[in-house]
Amino acid sequence: MTILEVENLEVSYSNHVALKNINFKIQEGEYVCLVGENGSGKSTLVKTIVGLLKPDEGKINLNISLDEVAYLSQTNLKDLNFPATSKEIIMSGVQKHKTLPFYTKNDKKAYEEVVKKLKIEELQNRRIGDLSGGQKQRVLIARALIRNPKLLILDEPTTGLDYNITRELYQILDNLNKEHKMTIIMATHDIDELNEVKPRIICLAREIKYDGNIEGWKGF
Amino acid sequence: MSEILNLLSYTFMQRAILCGIAISFSAALIGVILTLKNYSMIGHGLGEVGFAALALAMALNLPPIGVAIPIVIISAIIIMFISQKKGESADIIIALVATGALAIGVIITSATSGFGTDTYNYMFGSILAMTQSDVILSVIITVLSIGIYLVFYNRLFLVTFDEKYAKASGISVTFYQFLIALITALVVVVGMRMMGTMLISSLIVFPAIIAKKFTTSFKGLVVMSVITSILCFLIGIFTSFFLNMPTGAGIVLVYLVLLVISTICCKLAKI
Repeated sequence: MTILEVENLEVSYSNHVALKNINFKIQEGEYVCLVGENGSGKSTLVKTIVGLLKPDEGKINLNISLDEVAYLSQTNLKDLNFPATSKEIIMSGVQKHKTLPFYTKNDKKAYEEVVKKLKIEELQNRRIGDLSGGQKQRVLIARALIRNPKLLILDEPTTGLDYNITRELYQILDNLNKEHKMTIIMATHDIDELNEVKPRIICLAREIKYDGNIEGWKGF
Repeated sequence: MSEILNLLSYTFMQRAILCGIAISFSAALIGVILTLKNYSMIGHGLGEVGFAALALAMALNLPPIGVAIPIVIISAIIIMFISQKKGESADIIIALVATGALAIGVIITSATSGFGTDTYNYMFGSILAMTQSDVILSVIITVLSIGIYLVFYNRLFLVTFDEKYAKASGISVTFYQFLIALITALVVVVGMRMMGTMLISSLIVFPAIIAKKFTTSFKGLVVMSVITSILCFLIGIFTSFFLNMPTGAGIVLVYLVLLVISTICCKLAKI
């Protein structure tokens, strides 16, 4: 089943064309990496898919409900020094289409499951600012996963993380894709650690320069 | 103690305390969001707008609060709108609005009644002169702020913590910005009678900044800010009465002392 279809997409910022002639389809269960140099349009494409930016031309057809899409934005983890516990942040992920000031039993059950899945039980009551970069990123992934999404979209999730934490994060994503059949779209500039996963690569330089498997990709 | 009890038997003091607790409560609630969203100076900016609105009301012989409420609400929405949609820094917009409004207020005041007692009271507060209608308005605004805060608590948290994520989740961030601007404007207008246009921002900023030193959670920050705000108000009003100080300035002094003590305690606790 096609989960996402992008047709003739063009996005520009103040007369500067950031993306043009973008066409691709993503099937359910695929693991897709959007790669490219700085300024190639990776983040612009991700932001346009999740609705943060409006396209000048073209269409984005999402064949699942917006409620089934989770987004992990590009965050400077060093600046994440907000007075909130990991639990408060993860629970805020269930807020979509929900205005009630309390959480249901199902919300609490989903929370228990996601903290267990990401092995962050001991971080629950700690302030986000007191966590390491890798722990912060796990908390933000848990927030994205709490609603059990079908499509997970990540924008440069390894920015500022060291080698070991990056590997750990990719293992979590690998597991979500293989065992939970979750469709993943990730903008990244760092795919050396992804060889085990064998993702589909979409290389951008304002336009699509390459779209295919990782074996056939020869770099930027 | 008997002096305090004696003081509480006066109607003007009962009104002042009731109004003060109500305003301190709502200012602390909204202050948590504003300080975390880097809008700490908005209270000060809107206070200056309030001054211009009150000067206009006095010049035209219109009810001060009736004129100030719509003008301050519109200004708050304009500040939020420009900083959100146009990407301008909130500090710059607040500075422009504040200085512009103050200049207009000064011109209107000097061209009409001049800087008399009324102007002084609005600039520095006159909590002991609160009327029954001030009490009713303060209580209504406090109930409204608490209601909005409780109903939208989780979404206000999300919009404050991660606006981009909230937007991508399909939440109307603009609506919540509007709610925040509305409550801020109402708190500023009512708080002006108590603290004055020059000192109202202290009620919004100090409690959250002090409480932030002692809590790890957002919920804890909200509760702690409210407690700090009410406690400082009560200490401030009685201290200023017995030491014969202006009440608004007395409350700010209590905040300052508490901030210094809490900062030193936190530093010592980390050693």
